Amino acid sequence: MAIDRYEHHDYYGVDELLTEEHLLIRDSVRAWVKKSVSPIIEEYAQRSEFPRHLVKELGEIGAFGPHIPTKYGGGGLDDISYGIIMQEIERCDSGIRSTASVQGSLVMYPIYLFGSEAQKMKYLPKLGSGEYLGCFGLTEPDHGSDPGGMKTNFTDAGDHVVLNGAKMWISNSPYSDIAVVWAKDEAGIIQGLIVEKGMEGFSAPEIHNKWSLRASVTGELVFDNVKVPKENLLPGVKGLKGPLSCLNSARYGIAWGAVGVALDCYDTALRYAKERMQFGKPIGSFQLQQKKLAEMITEITKAQLLVWRLGVLKSAGKASPAQISMAKRNNVQMALTVAREARQILGGMGITGEYSIMRHMMNLESVVTYEGTHDIHLLITGLDVTGLNAFG
Amino acid sequence: MKVLVCISQTPDTTTKIVFKADGSGVDYTNVKFIVNPYDEHALAKAMELKEQQGAEITVINVGKADAEQSLRKCFAVGADLGIRVDAEPVSGTQVAKLIADVAKERSYDLIFTGRESIDYNGGMVGELLGGLLGIPSVGYCGKLELNGNAATCTRFIDGGEETVKVELPLVVSAVKELGEPRIPNMRGIMQARTKPIEVIADSENSLPAEVRYESPKGKAGCVYIDAAEAGKLIDILHNERKLF
Repeated sequence: MAIDRYEHHDYYGVDELLTEEHLLIRDSVRAWVKKSVSPIIEEYAQRSEFPRHLVKELGEIGAFGPHIPTKYGGGGLDDISYGIIMQEIERCDSGIRSTASVQGSLVMYPIYLFGSEAQKMKYLPKLGSGEYLGCFGLTEPDHGSDPGGMKTNFTDAGDHVVLNGAKMWISNSPYSDIAVVWAKDEAGIIQGLIVEKGMEGFSAPEIHNKWSLRASVTGELVFDNVKVPKENLLPGVKGLKGPLSCLNSARYGIAWGAVGVALDCYDTALRYAKERMQFGKPIGSFQLQQKKLAEMITEITKAQLLVWRLGVLKSAGKASPAQISMAKRNNVQMALTVAREARQILGGMGITGEYSIMRHMMNLESVVTYEGTHDIHLLITGLDVTGLNAFG
Repeated sequence: MKVLVCISQTPDTTTKIVFKADGSGVDYTNVKFIVNPYDEHALAKAMELKEQQGAEITVINVGKADAEQSLRKCFAVGADLGIRVDAEPVSGTQVAKLIADVAKERSYDLIFTGRESIDYNGGMVGELLGGLLGIPSVGYCGKLELNGNAATCTRFIDGGEETVKVELPLVVSAVKELGEPRIPNMRGIMQARTKPIEVIADSENSLPAEVRYESPKGKAGCVYIDAAEAGKLIDILHNERKLF
């Protein structure tokens, strides 16, 4: 891949709304991304291989659970810091950001929120440092947007429970040391369990031939009479609100991450438009190209302000799930539009691995689908403004 | 071991420098500042020593309050203590004198500077410090090994390397080979919050420098020739300029 020439774009001076510490966090993560991720990401994505060595580095830089208290191996930072970290990582690749989001928001966060003190001390420091990789099992082959219909279940067997079922589309799963799995008990109530690699009857086969998130590993979770000790049940929550509260945290990170992707596509397209000569002039001097670039930076600026405000609300504990849905939906769609327009500016070069745009565009097809599809988030907003449920 | 690392705050390398309309100075509006890159190499070496044999690292800056962000970045990398001498830096001599005043009182075993700052490129603070403190200084140092009080320094000179052996206390000015700059991690950034910066008054009563700035004149007489018409270039060089 060509050298990473990315420069930040801040049309409305949003940086002035951030603290000096936020900016240091951003510069630090950006420096790490340029040093460790940018030079290798294209090759790994082309080979459809997960750069597994980055797990340890993500832990070292502090990208896993930055919003979890330091006592448990997190960063002890605020929600805006978490968003900024996700933005900078996704600026380079949504797949690597997915690895970090899953670990921080879907594995560490539920253990922190709903786990016992012993569970927190046992798992969180290792997940925070990258010694352990984790995954989150909610979606099933037949239950995506309707997770409440899940079939995975466990039965009481004295000092342990017996878990059966299967989960699908699970980021990180083939290489995970632990999985936070959501399953129904005998009364049909959803509960969380920590399933460890090596437990008999537990396997995590990889899903191959993806055209998206190729530098991130995705798999299944298969439970065939897995004996899970009762101390691995998350004691702090029962019902669907458990997994949904984790998804709020992850969706929040995605809303920030999408801004990163869009900024990278815009930055690439802007530079290309100023350098690429046609008809004796840079193509950026033509009105049709300017229209694309002007609309891109307008939409990016709106999205930057949206996540900043959402971050302020979330840091104050006031962000509603519906507000997070709105930001996730808007920003991912914005990023997709920007990626497609940017690809057009680059012409044929836009489809090659010389530039990041096509990889971003393919990645975003997953991002617009996972953690609540584009349509489902619309229904969440619809429900919120009308009070009328349009699901199912 | 007590280590002092001198930190300058300089404009980011991608900054376009613009002068104020009246030529009285640089217009720093919208300029992003960074830790001088050579100082980061120095700090990286100091961190290596801290990890290998234990050291207390103090970072010092001569500057106004807006330079404290650079000291905090050094904290995030792992520096322990910070000092800011509250003076507008106007020359290498003034900066060296102010740092020497602090270092005399607190006796450091090792003082690091970068080989130069990337804004004014004076490259003199390290050597001046050695002179003012009456201790050896090794400039352009790319390798440093310590054995007790004995330091072996390798410096890069024209056409080769020079190895010098000196005793501590010592001033070393770093080139990039001395240490790879560290990227702060989130834990370090959080710990930096609680590390205090001691502010010391300007002992030299520094006066603002009386200088004027103007942009260099554009190169005159530059002729652009399209690559497709390379023959024209030969023609100009041969017939007009009579170069061959």
